[in-house]
Amino acid sequence: MTEILSLIVAKYNYWLYVILMMIGLYAMIAKNNLIKKLVGMNIFQTAIILFYVSIGYKKDATIPIIEGAHGGHGASGAAIHAADYINPLPHVLMLTAIVVSVATFGVAMALAVRVYQRYQTLEEDELRMRLSEK
Amino acid sequence: MHWQIDLIVLTFVIFCAIAAISVKDLLATAILFGAYSFMMCLLWAVMGAVDVAFTEASVGAGVSTVFFVAAVFRTSRRTKD
Repeated sequence: MTEILSLIVAKYNYWLYVILMMIGLYAMIAKNNLIKKLVGMNIFQTAIILFYVSIGYKKDATIPIIEGAHGGHGASGAAIHAADYINPLPHVLMLTAIVVSVATFGVAMALAVRVYQRYQTLEEDELRMRLSEK
Repeated sequence: MHWQIDLIVLTFVIFCAIAAISVKDLLATAILFGAYSFMMCLLWAVMGAVDVAFTEASVGAGVSTVFFVAAVFRTSRRTKD
């Protein structure tokens, strides 16, 4: 029992990421307003990005920039240990994901503006009513 | 990453997310969403992902909020839930 409890406490950040992800999923499914749904989608995306970035973290490591590589003449000569630097691979992958998420958000906003210009509402139930009238 | 900073900022992020989807005014949602993005950027800076942090600060908290406010002014602030 205590080891299960200590496992839960030790991995507290993963539990909070899952909570954040579920907040986004709830907003996407249950909210009535189209803009609120978009906010839910973005929360979901950032929760996944947060999870990936946290995987690359190492204890007692510095940011992934090699020390002394830009000063002096030629190579610094000292050996580089990978354990001293945080893993930059998830950062690079998630950088792409952030740019994609902003592009998605912009296109979705433009579509929402067009929907409003045509139907004068952003609520999903009113939209369904207008669509079934025609 | 000091776990105290991590936990406090993560709690703020979750509060901002809940407030952004439950407030009944879309302009307030826009501002709370900007705050959410900035807290997220802080979290990444604490984790050592500085490139992700400044991309999020410029693109997530900056451009997204501008898009959002522009969309709200071209549509309506009213929301039922």
